[in-house]
Amino acid sequence: MADLKTKERMQIPRHDMPEQEPHERAANFEEVNLGYSIEIAMEEAERCIRCKNPVCVDGCPVSVKIPEFIKMIADGKFDEAAEILKTDNALPAVCGRVCPQEEQCEAVCVLAKKGKPVAIGYLERFAADWQRNHSNLKHVHVQEKTGKKVAIVGGGPAGLSCAGDLIQMGHDVTVFEALHEIGGVLVYGIPEFRLPKEIVRAEVDALHELGVEFVTNYVIGLTETIEELQARFDAIFIGVGAGLPYFLNVPGEHLNGVYSSNEFLTRVNLMKAYDFPNNVTPIYDLKDKNVAVFGGGNTAMDAVRTSKRMGAKRAMICYRRTEKEMPARVEEIKHAKEEGIEFMLLVAPLELVGDDNGVLRAIKLQQMELGEPDSSGRRRPVPIKDAIEEIPVDAVVIAIGNGSNPIISQTTPELIVNKWGNILVDESNMKTNMKGIFAGGDIVTGGATVILAMGAGRTASKAIDEYLKNPETW
Amino acid sequence: MNKILEAKFIGPDIKLFKIDAPKIALKQKAGQFIILRIAENGERIPLTIADSDKTEGWITLIVQGIGATTKALNQLEAGDFVRDLVGPLGQASHIENFGTAVSIGGGVGTAIAYPTAKALKEAGNKVISIIGGRSKQHVILENELAATSDEVYPCTDDGSYGFHGFVTQKLQQLIDSGEKIDFVLAIGPIPMMSAVAEVTRPHGIKTVVSLNPVMVDGTGMCGGCRAYVDGKQVFVCVDGPEFDAHLVDFKILQQRNRTYGIQEQAALEAHMCNIDVVYNEELKNKKIAESI
Ligand SMILES: Cc1cc2nc3c(=O)[nH]c(=O)nc-3n(C[C@H](O)[C@H](O)[C@H](O)COP(=O)(O)OP(=O)(O)OC[C@H]3O[C@@H](n4cnc5c(N)ncnc54)[C@H](O)[C@@H]3O)c2cc1C
Ligand SMILES: Cc1cc2nc3c(=O)[nH]c(=O)nc-3n(C[C@H](O)[C@H](O)[C@H](O)COP(=O)(O)OP(=O)(O)OC[C@H]3O[C@@H](n4cnc5c(N)ncnc54)[C@H](O)[C@@H]3O)c2cc1C
Ligand code: SF4
Ligand code: SF4
Ligand code: FES
Repeated sequence: MADLKTKERMQIPRHDMPEQEPHERAANFEEVNLGYSIEIAMEEAERCIRCKNPVCVDGCPVSVKIPEFIKMIADGKFDEAAEILKTDNALPAVCGRVCPQEEQCEAVCVLAKKGKPVAIGYLERFAADWQRNHSNLKHVHVQEKTGKKVAIVGGGPAGLSCAGDLIQMGHDVTVFEALHEIGGVLVYGIPEFRLPKEIVRAEVDALHELGVEFVTNYVIGLTETIEELQARFDAIFIGVGAGLPYFLNVPGEHLNGVYSSNEFLTRVNLMKAYDFPNNVTPIYDLKDKNVAVFGGGNTAMDAVRTSKRMGAKRAMICYRRTEKEMPARVEEIKHAKEEGIEFMLLVAPLELVGDDNGVLRAIKLQQMELGEPDSSGRRRPVPIKDAIEEIPVDAVVIAIGNGSNPIISQTTPELIVNKWGNILVDESNMKTNMKGIFAGGDIVTGGATVILAMGAGRTASKAIDEYLKNPETW
Repeated sequence: MNKILEAKFIGPDIKLFKIDAPKIALKQKAGQFIILRIAENGERIPLTIADSDKTEGWITLIVQGIGATTKALNQLEAGDFVRDLVGPLGQASHIENFGTAVSIGGGVGTAIAYPTAKALKEAGNKVISIIGGRSKQHVILENELAATSDEVYPCTDDGSYGFHGFVTQKLQQLIDSGEKIDFVLAIGPIPMMSAVAEVTRPHGIKTVVSLNPVMVDGTGMCGGCRAYVDGKQVFVCVDGPEFDAHLVDFKILQQRNRTYGIQEQAALEAHMCNIDVVYNEELKNKKIAESI
């Protein structure tokens, strides 16, 4: 298919992602999306009309060279495609799976105007997976050692992307992680059926091979303070994420059976409670039970689909606005529906109801309707008088977001944070108010996306490199 | 991975471990705890740091075998390894010279109270220690506490040793005898802590307890350890573990600790052997790796 005309390219229909059958996958933890075959990938790659001014690149927070890597796939040069990806994106196999492409690169792809955009995310995943599975080439060029040492606090996407860049620039890099595994939300939050842990592990191993040191079970602020790190390292990047769950603030949140999404997902993913008692961490037995999840984001979808896989009879999303406002990715909402998740929209929690032993037995919901548009033009949900219903449930998962973890700010009083505890930085270089200390990812922005966290790690790495060359220029 | 330097039983099902953990030893303050995981398939459990030595780089843990993980842990010996160990977690005890401080420990709670009692003594308090146990063998750390207390009162439920009765009765006796008590620290089973709070409440004696909810990460990330103090939600791992006993909702704490009753039983009964096998396999591999 070497020399297609633009018009011919535009006639190729977009290729769907092969998936596990909904009824099958709703009973296992294996990945839902199966990935393109070589043939499908090469054909999909031919859809890209190779724009002179590729607007898709502007839609990507880290400016992946999209037409270039896609052309390599079209030419059957998969390894090269992956290499192009890696110059801008340290974790393409992850982003190809979890990026909200429909709002980023694919949203602005010119083909989206007339029909469907090029499946940029699926192709990104294809190239990265191909390289991981087939190639043992080590292309990464590590510059000569500078002798400078950088500490990375937090092993999530922000920290990992910063570490990946800095090690290639020749600096010594040590990542400190509070948990026993590296990956942040990628290992404790996002479930196996969306992002197999093996992929994260492979990326971490690759960084390790490049020389990045990983220290797990190490809480900065407690095991060692930022001030003490300053004495041992020439620069520090803080990427500790946004990990302090919000609760609903309604009566009954103390009941047994009520979880934050962080706790629920950590037990299942990181601690593998779905395989209890082979893994010793317990979780509520959800078999044939009813589960309600509050929230409408990716986290809520992950929690509700997880509870379905744990055997729940009814697994429900309770969201106070309409589907249109749900922050979750379109693909996740679609997958959830196919798997039999119920969507209760325009409802707000009034109370979690327990029995005499303090065990959750029901939720009380207030029905809402869309009122007049407010100053922002959005129609706000308002309660419908007397429309209150009680639904029997055995477990509730609260997935309405996270505040910032206070350990670093409490133990580093000099560090300036805003009233929500987010670290303040100069966004052009991720510098904090403390010399030699940079920060990025969810701890700066509040809960955002993997690719934005990685973008922040990259911006910081450039600024750290400059700072290490010229510390006077802070 | 952290090496166990010493391991010995100091009571029925109660074992003391001295573990190599230089970074934690350097930082540990009374009242703080660690979270450990014995093996790859293991659960993360919180344990108080009973003692530490900065120069030699070890900490001690005192563990009561009550469920699957603590019983498996208590099978480990010197030379074995703990897979993951993180800390020191939580806020340090608030220590000042109150005047006369009574430290009450029930069961393994005595081990949790010990470092704080020691710190209270170092801060100049007159320290009275009350140690509770079901019977004589359950009274632990009497010598250690004697060395850092002005008075020590062992108490047993069955009267086989020391004062015959509950620690609360001994405390009441002290109050009735006219001893001016300025501060009480009570650590042990929830019903005991709750009972102590009721003894001191009418006298307005400042009383602190250390809460023991189920935990996962221990860094404020999951909210599983939430408790209710003065009507407000707290995360015990980052806001505590010590709180004003007169404000704690013990009923909710007790209820939440029952969350996994059925699963804990299952883990213990059906799979104790399984767990042993996995843990031991892993340890063996580690030992081999270590010796290469
Ligand atoms: C369930 C769920 C699903 C999501 N789905 C998507 C999705 O589909 N697509 C998408 O783009 N985004 C998604 N997100 C959001 C995305 O995962 C985050 O925006 C991203 O992980 C933020 O990266 P980070 O590196 O800033 O922080 P994190 O990933 O939170 O990593 C921070 C790390 O720092 C560690 N840490 C914290 N404090 C300390 C300390 N004091 N010392 C040492 N280490 C510390 C933490 O343990 C953690 O490992 C999801 C989030 C959740 C929770
Ligand atoms: C901050 C903190 C410090 C602690 N320090 C110590 C210590 O120094 N020494 C020590 O022996 N223990 C200590 N504990 C308690 C210890 O963590 C638990 O005993 C342990 O997690 C139980 O695990 P398991 O799998 O062996 O038992 P499980 O099977 O989980 O539980 C067995 C039984 O114990 C009850 N239980 C469950 N969790 C707890 C809990 N957190 N506390 C008390 N009972 C519980 C259950 O209801 C059940 O009846 C501490 C707990 C906290 C939160
Ligand atoms: S990193 Fe994300 S936004 Fe950028 S090209 Fe890849 S899928 Fe699109
Ligand atoms: S905008 Fe779409 S068609 Fe154009 S280069 Fe980017 S991916 Fe290809
Ligand atoms: S144990 Fe998770 S927040 Fe305290």
